[in-house]
Amino acid sequence: MEVALSVFVGIFFAVAIYLMLSKHIIRILLGVSIFGNAVNLTIFTVGRVVREVPPIIPEALQTPDTITANPLPQALILTAIVISFSIFAFLLVLAFRTYQELGTDDTDGMRVAEPEGEPLPPLGY
Amino acid sequence: MRTLIFRTIAPYLTSLMVLFSIFVLLRGHNDPGGGFIGGLIAASAFAIYGIACGVSPVRRALYFHPMAISGFGLLLAALAGWLSLFFDVPFLTGLWTTVSILGLPVDLSTVLFFDIGVYLVVVGSITSIALALEEREHG
Amino acid sequence: MAAESVDISQAMVTAPATLGDWLVVAPVAIPIVFGAILLMVRHETRLHAGLAIAGLVATLAANAGLLSRVLSDGPQVMTMGRWLPPFGISFTADALGASLALVATLVAVVCALYAMKDIGATGRRYGFYPFMLLMMAGVGGSFLTGDVFNLYVWFEVFLISSFGLLILGSSHRQLDGATKYAILNLVGTTLFLTATAFLYGTFGTLNMADIARKVDALRETGPLMTLTVLYLLAFGMKAAAFPLNFWLPASYHTPSIVTAALFGGVLTKVGVYALLRVLVMLFPLERAVLSDLIAWVAAGTMIIGIMGALAQSDIRRVLGFVVISGVGVMMAGIALGTEQGLTGTVLYAFHSILVMTALYLLAGVMNELGGSYSLHELSGLYRRYPLLAAFALLLVLAVAGLPPASGLWPKVLLVRASLDAGLPWLSFAILLTGLLTTVAMGRVFILTIWRQKADAAPDGAAPAHPTIGYAALAVLSLPVLLLGLYPEPFIRVAEASATGLLDASAYVGAVFPTEVRP
Repeated sequence: MEVALSVFVGIFFAVAIYLMLSKHIIRILLGVSIFGNAVNLTIFTVGRVVREVPPIIPEALQTPDTITANPLPQALILTAIVISFSIFAFLLVLAFRTYQELGTDDTDGMRVAEPEGEPLPPLGY
Repeated sequence: MRTLIFRTIAPYLTSLMVLFSIFVLLRGHNDPGGGFIGGLIAASAFAIYGIACGVSPVRRALYFHPMAISGFGLLLAALAGWLSLFFDVPFLTGLWTTVSILGLPVDLSTVLFFDIGVYLVVVGSITSIALALEEREHG
Repeated sequence: MAAESVDISQAMVTAPATLGDWLVVAPVAIPIVFGAILLMVRHETRLHAGLAIAGLVATLAANAGLLSRVLSDGPQVMTMGRWLPPFGISFTADALGASLALVATLVAVVCALYAMKDIGATGRRYGFYPFMLLMMAGVGGSFLTGDVFNLYVWFEVFLISSFGLLILGSSHRQLDGATKYAILNLVGTTLFLTATAFLYGTFGTLNMADIARKVDALRETGPLMTLTVLYLLAFGMKAAAFPLNFWLPASYHTPSIVTAALFGGVLTKVGVYALLRVLVMLFPLERAVLSDLIAWVAAGTMIIGIMGALAQSDIRRVLGFVVISGVGVMMAGIALGTEQGLTGTVLYAFHSILVMTALYLLAGVMNELGGSYSLHELSGLYRRYPLLAAFALLLVLAVAGLPPASGLWPKVLLVRASLDAGLPWLSFAILLTGLLTTVAMGRVFILTIWRQKADAAPDGAAPAHPTIGYAALAVLSLPVLLLGLYPEPFIRVAEASATGLLDASAYVGAVFPTEVRP
């Protein structure tokens, strides 16, 4: 199971990096989103995959009686999903605004903040 | 998207989803569910209402600005943590008490208030992003 | 459960939390509460400045209390939710974290003061102050947390708030800069998360103290070198170290000047702090293997940063590049890894937080008086505003590392440390950076303050003296001058931070006071 998941993680990372190398904001955003999911899958895999035994202690005992699934990776993934989800939502709005205002989603064309051919500073007094 | 069927259904669907979101929020105590997922359900309810009937009816229906709602949620969650100060235990320690409402014992805890805070933060911030996107589309 | 009572001492902290313990979380919890209140009263813009300053001053007081406690009693710990570490998330304040949090909060107070005039009602309605408070909560959390995953969460908290601050006003330039800033920083933090995933897989824990005590046992089998390189990449991006610095000059000149001041002063230092914490404290041997690489990155960041500054004609863009070159100087100490080098890095971080914020605010005051940020247009400020010229002179000397201001001592320490470590070229790079900074900032000073343009406006039209701007500059100049003239206490704090990083036993001992469990 871990092997299959590791292969998937690899594919996810490859797709994400390929998309992030693009010049277009929308593709970069899709890449970033897949990047986030690749990391979540990584956390899941490194947390050791165990067959479905929920980590719940039976009523009469004080410690679980069998080996249970590790709950911590799920908590970590949930946190990471929440964060990447909210940042992704924000970035979508931002990219959409930028596209509307600047008329391009090509990063080469986005030169408003750093215009080309700016004059040098005064070289004499 | 603003067909007659959708516009007729949307208010009922929205109220049902908000009710369900509160159910999920309270159920999250001992079973799958919780503030985050409940908040997402409620936020999508408002988004559906916005798609069907326009953004300004949603804003009127919410009464408070979505960001103010999420501010209140954040305050609630933070205060649930600060309450530990008066019991000599560290920040965010779960404190429990049982009150009797109409003769039924109800467990109240700071964990519950923290979760309600998370719910409100999610409702507020996601609704405000969704409404901003919808406003742009129709405006 | 009712039959036998549960022995909670196996799972929970049983000692009562005293008010002093609360100082560990107060620097984070106070700004969150005030930020939340500010979000709720977003439309009452008159209340904002007062509430925000009150919140930040309370945070400052908590930070000062925490630092004095840390200096006298050693690292302070509070574990969330009473669960015993490493199961609960520990907030662990040592000298490094507490002192950086104190300095960062000080500049935040000054920025909140300056924003009273700089940020109008529109900016306030869009949430300048709530975002600022939440950002400071994120920064404070990053400095004080003792858990790697929690550090990631605080990174994201201040990242999201900084997005909000960056696009406040939504001009075309801001949208352009914010898009690049947001995407590149998100990639950086996601790399951080990737590294943390492998860290968890290797150690099975995320508590920094727990990692520090387990690292020696796992050195043979664990992929620690991969982890260290990934962390270097992720935090290097956050700190804007050389090949990863391009997001900074693309965005830091676009927001309002007070936002730029806060970013330039505080945010890159959080990246440097994370490098110190993870590379120096958790993976010291791996860092030693990488020290040549880090030294080259440091030299590249310093020299290329300041050369970028030489080519700019907008003061804010000059300052953006100066921030980068300062990061290079701090990286030099991380490359050396000796006590003296790390002391220099920490001291330089104090200096850089104060001086970069002050320089951005100075640019803001210059724009207010001269109507421009361009070196082509600003001129003759000395004649009308001698006090401004005095502040400018002090800050230019400070950033160039010349006496009597604050930049001198950290550079002295770093140059000596790199000579002791047998890396004369690194000390040469630091000194060359000092020279080029003198050229770049000296030119800014000469052109804006001394130069008298023929077509300058007549004296009668001069704006009145900027009281709030002078007050903000004075508050920041005082510690800058003090660090230059009487560096002893600052060096002592920096030294305590450096020794705490090199020998983590006090840090570990504070989190795990009784070694009952394996």
